Amino acid sequence: MAIELLKGNIAIAEAAIRAGLEAYFGYPITPQTELLEWFSERMPQLGRTFLQAESELAAINMVYGAACTGARVMTSSSSPGVSLMMEGLSYIAGTEVPAVLVDVMRGGPGLGNIAPAQGDYNQIVHGGGHGDYQPIVLAPASIQEAIDLTVEAFDLAEKYRAITVVLVDGSLGQMMEPAELPPMQPIRKERPAWAVTGAQGRERRILSSIYLNPEEEEATNLRLLRRWEQIEANEVRYKEYYVEDAEVLVVGFGTAGRVALSAVRTARGEGIPVGLFRPISLNPFPYARLAQLADQVQAIEVVEMNAGQMLHDVELAVRGKVPVRFYGRLGGVVPFPDEIMTEIHNLVASPAGENGDTRQRWLKQLELSRN
Amino acid sequence: MPVRGWIEVDDKYCKGCELCVQACPQHVLSLNLDRLTPKGYHPVQLASEGCTGCAICAVVCPEAALTVFRETPVRPMRETRRESLVT
Amino acid sequence: MVTPTIETVYRRPRTFTDVTTHYCPGCTHGVAHRLVAEVLEELDLQERTIGVASVGCSVFAYNYFDCDFVEAAHGRAPAMATGIKRVLPDRIVFTYQGDGDLASIGMGEIVHAAARGENITVIFINNANYGMTGGQMAPTTLPGQKTTSSPYGRDVEQMGFPIRTAELLATLEGAGYIARRSLHDPKHIRLAKKAIRQAFETQVQGLGFSMVELLSTCPTNWGLSPAEALKWVEEHMIPAFPLGDFKTSPGLKPT
Repeated sequence: MAIELLKGNIAIAEAAIRAGLEAYFGYPITPQTELLEWFSERMPQLGRTFLQAESELAAINMVYGAACTGARVMTSSSSPGVSLMMEGLSYIAGTEVPAVLVDVMRGGPGLGNIAPAQGDYNQIVHGGGHGDYQPIVLAPASIQEAIDLTVEAFDLAEKYRAITVVLVDGSLGQMMEPAELPPMQPIRKERPAWAVTGAQGRERRILSSIYLNPEEEEATNLRLLRRWEQIEANEVRYKEYYVEDAEVLVVGFGTAGRVALSAVRTARGEGIPVGLFRPISLNPFPYARLAQLADQVQAIEVVEMNAGQMLHDVELAVRGKVPVRFYGRLGGVVPFPDEIMTEIHNLVASPAGENGDTRQRWLKQLELSRN
Repeated sequence: MPVRGWIEVDDKYCKGCELCVQACPQHVLSLNLDRLTPKGYHPVQLASEGCTGCAICAVVCPEAALTVFRETPVRPMRETRRESLVT
Repeated sequence: MVTPTIETVYRRPRTFTDVTTHYCPGCTHGVAHRLVAEVLEELDLQERTIGVASVGCSVFAYNYFDCDFVEAAHGRAPAMATGIKRVLPDRIVFTYQGDGDLASIGMGEIVHAAARGENITVIFINNANYGMTGGQMAPTTLPGQKTTSSPYGRDVEQMGFPIRTAELLATLEGAGYIARRSLHDPKHIRLAKKAIRQAFETQVQGLGFSMVELLSTCPTNWGLSPAEALKWVEEHMIPAFPLGDFKTSPGLKPT
């Protein structure tokens, strides 16, 4: 297929279609409405199912219904809409049916704004819906990556009967880049053995997340955990840049990681031995590789577009072996490479940092720079 | 010749709610106070003669616990009547 | 010569499983279930039916019908049914919901499913309270009616008036068949069955959204015997929730 100039939201939508998406249920919300509009045009063209639901609440439940029939189905939303979907996600997880969610994050909390942010990390990665469940979470940093991860998301969701979330910063959804879409896959005809399709010529099936007997519910939870162990063993993804001889390490995902990469490249040009570690699977988180890198470097700087959410997972991986510092912009502000450059300089100048809490130091510095 | 009916009550389902007892137009149903179902209810039973197999008990039963039978006389059609249908 | 024949006038529907229901003795949920089961058998729909159970006393409905079933979140059954029907349009999809599920938390979903004319069938059990959770006030609770969350009786000044859902949904173009019936005596049960059959026929013929609202009893939470509860429906609920057909698709072919 040819390389074309594609807008993020459109690329993700079309990638899902090429992956054999059968049904899309969604609701308009900035900055991801282009997905809904693209699907509204393309899905009927292809004789597939499209419906604009009356709310995100309804949309996720339509996804739940269609997922129970074994169809490839997805929805997309942005932060406030995703909050509405949390109930539905818990039900989908508890019923162990596959589904894909694309979350194009914006500034919050509350209504916030439509600028790009990464404030949904905790909600998505650590499960905003009730109960013990783990979605697979993939964070692209380029439009090509977004396309590739969207296609993979369906395979992963079905392989593990799990929810897969493609976690996109608002910026990625809105920007345009050259990228290549995959060829069109046909829609699968066979349905999984658990699918509810009308009991013709077979025993009836029930799909429910109810396990009234606590021991049965515990068994279900254990089953989910065992599958999660397989996912942890097989599906960790990350990218490393300039880490072989790095003495300090920057860690960032999505757009934050991409901005940090610009800074790291410039820093390398100045001869600074800095590397970048960019998690692509936020869940399962690349704890093991980060722990290894923590043995090699003297300090780590986490860069995020939130108040420090992935920060805690990095701290968990590092286990205090080296100082972990933090730089974040909030509320839809996207950091510039020169801000990260300042951080890298500080990191190299005093890897151990000043005494005091990582976040305190960052807050003080941020407030100073805003005034 | 009167129509003779009777019912069978499935102990598995009957909860002794007495809606059928109340609904029966012939008043032939009552709870069997000598017996309990596996769930601990007194099941309903045909208590007297006169069931016509109208199935109103089954219509009101929330548990589909009742099967209703009816014995109806069947007369063979007479020759003359068959002829008149042909013409 | 007279030869008597034995006729089975009524037997348990084949579309029922052999599981004892958990409903209270005399609760008309059982009657509603039975009528749906009978209609599914008579119209030979069992093998292509997918039921959507909701949250309320009927949360375990999937144990009682011998067909494919899914379990929805509270109020979301019409949305879940939409998802299923849109990807499997030739299957028969029905939801079974109570007054809390449908008329309170699920009001958004039911209105929009009807407005879109989703070809699903909804069985709506109206017993003027929230049964499963112990008898709280519902959107269908009558003025002055005492419930565990309106212990002084429903005060319309504070808590408004009950919602007549059948009339509400009948104003929508997408609605194909909307009816309200009662289950309080044999005659009305027979009429209810006819309405349920007509609702499923509406779906089979692709004529839009169908719903039958069934005035039902809740002996336990009303504090009445099953027989007294039937009387309460007749005397108090029917005046507040009139019976009738509020919308019938002109295209419906009789069967």
